[in-house]
Amino acid sequence: MSATTAPIRVSTGGLQKGERLISWAMLTPFLIAFVLFLVWPILHGFYLSFTDQSLTGAGGDWVGIANYLEALTDPVMWGSMGNTLWFTLLSTVPLVIVALVMAVLVDRGLPGQWLWRLSFFTPYLLASTVISQIWVWIFNPQIGAANALLAKFGIAPIAWLQNPDTNMIAIVIATVWWTVGFNFLLYLAALQNIPAQQYEAAAIDGAGGWRQFWSITLPQLGPITALIVMLQILASLKLFDQAYQMLGGVSSDTTRSIIQYIYETGFVGYRFGYSAAISYVFFALIIIVGLIQALVTRRKGQ
Amino acid sequence: MSTTTLTQSGAKLDLQRTRKPGSSPFSPLRIAAFIVLLLLAVGWLLPFLWAVATAFKTENDAASTNPSWIGEHGVTIDAFTSILSQGNVWIWALNSLWTSVAVTLITLAISALAAYVFARLEFPGRRLLYYAVLASIVVPPQVLIIPLFYEMLAFNLVDTHMGLILPQVVAPTMVFILTRFFKAIPIELEEAARIDGASRLRIFWSIVLPLSRPILASVAIFVFIGAWNNFLWPFLVINDTTLMTLPVGLQTVISAYGVQYAQVMAQAVLASVPLIVVFLIFQKQIVKGIATTGLGGQ
Repeated sequence: MSATTAPIRVSTGGLQKGERLISWAMLTPFLIAFVLFLVWPILHGFYLSFTDQSLTGAGGDWVGIANYLEALTDPVMWGSMGNTLWFTLLSTVPLVIVALVMAVLVDRGLPGQWLWRLSFFTPYLLASTVISQIWVWIFNPQIGAANALLAKFGIAPIAWLQNPDTNMIAIVIATVWWTVGFNFLLYLAALQNIPAQQYEAAAIDGAGGWRQFWSITLPQLGPITALIVMLQILASLKLFDQAYQMLGGVSSDTTRSIIQYIYETGFVGYRFGYSAAISYVFFALIIIVGLIQALVTRRKGQ
Repeated sequence: MSTTTLTQSGAKLDLQRTRKPGSSPFSPLRIAAFIVLLLLAVGWLLPFLWAVATAFKTENDAASTNPSWIGEHGVTIDAFTSILSQGNVWIWALNSLWTSVAVTLITLAISALAAYVFARLEFPGRRLLYYAVLASIVVPPQVLIIPLFYEMLAFNLVDTHMGLILPQVVAPTMVFILTRFFKAIPIELEEAARIDGASRLRIFWSIVLPLSRPILASVAIFVFIGAWNNFLWPFLVINDTTLMTLPVGLQTVISAYGVQYAQVMAQAVLASVPLIVVFLIFQKQIVKGIATTGLGGQ
């Protein structure tokens, strides 16, 4: 082709029209799905939250903010909200710290990298059903491995999942085991992106392993830690599968998550409108947590 | 190999590095780290290995109040044969496989096309649209179950695989990751092709996509894992036993089995094998993918 072609960036009317056409053509499949399965449900759910719509199709009359007023004075809603926040707090800290420890140890370049990756990441690959089955059985008061282990230290058996004081702890333990692998991989990738020259320079200056860790590794991990904490909080707030399944679908006041309550009011209690209202209260909580998170990281960044 | 493609796109990750420079191979710190790591890794695998061991026990041994790795009555595959002879497990596995593959392919196709437009093409409203997609990342899909179920009722898609698949194909996070990656590809590669008269679609197909193979692979793997393990939506939208996916099907029979732990664990193991195989094959891709997405970068 001739190298003397006029600069192609110059946009003639025709060219731009073609570009616009092709842009929309390439976007359309995603946009249709985006509108049908995300935008429309958001809007329609918001509308439903102002009605007394039932699952069976009955009702559907406009009730104004009645559902929201009911939700805000509903002790079960607040209990579920509390459980969800409590779980988020209990799970986020170990899920970030354990992942960091794992990644730093693996990144030390110890032999057998694939084996470490496999050990820590395998649980993340398992379905929540599988996780729940394994841990229900480990936490079984009579035949479970958890109590067998405690017995070796002379500790009396605990009715892990049956006892309202311990069932959330049991769910947190299972969850940390299940999902830490993803955070571990994020940390590992970040560690492997730190330029080796930085360590070389530090070593020449006589910095030892610990010094290098505190002065190079940890500061470099700041941004990824902020990201992991945010992703983890958002993930933990969505607690449902494992809590629901580990208790065999039974509703417990100490483990019922907000999503479980949305499910129960909508699909067990048949109150779609009320269920939708609780969804939006939950969505508001997510946005508030997100804003707090954004403020905290911005302040730290300055 | 994929290393070359990665280098071309300017994001190379050194997975071959065996140790951090500056630390000697046998320093006390390294040996201590190795021991801690070994304990941690074994501890982490233990619950799963325990489940595997139990799947090979007789039901009596599995329910023993004095648990041990190998039961009194020795090793048996009874639990596996008993489950596999029940027919439904195979149907559920096939349902899981085909619906997860469908979700993955559709998500990948529509997200990549959209991401390319957001990364490279100019038209009025593009920015606004992109920010709308970005903002939707914060919407928890679980909040949408009520209106989505309603929508599926209206479309007559409740209790169908279409109803199961379609709502899962919208993945704003994946669009975001792909857009970032496409933006990082040197524009010169595409300009040269445009001078040669290649169309946008042709450039996308024969230049951008081949360069993006590693990122497409890791996006595909994460979408696949998510779809394979998804519980809430399949649980709500499917009632017909023969249409269920593995996680939902397994959940429904647990109560039916009561305390038959060996069978329950054998099911758990069977359901996990496909994903562990996928991970073993693609594990380098996954770590590389996370690094190149910028998720792992600074």
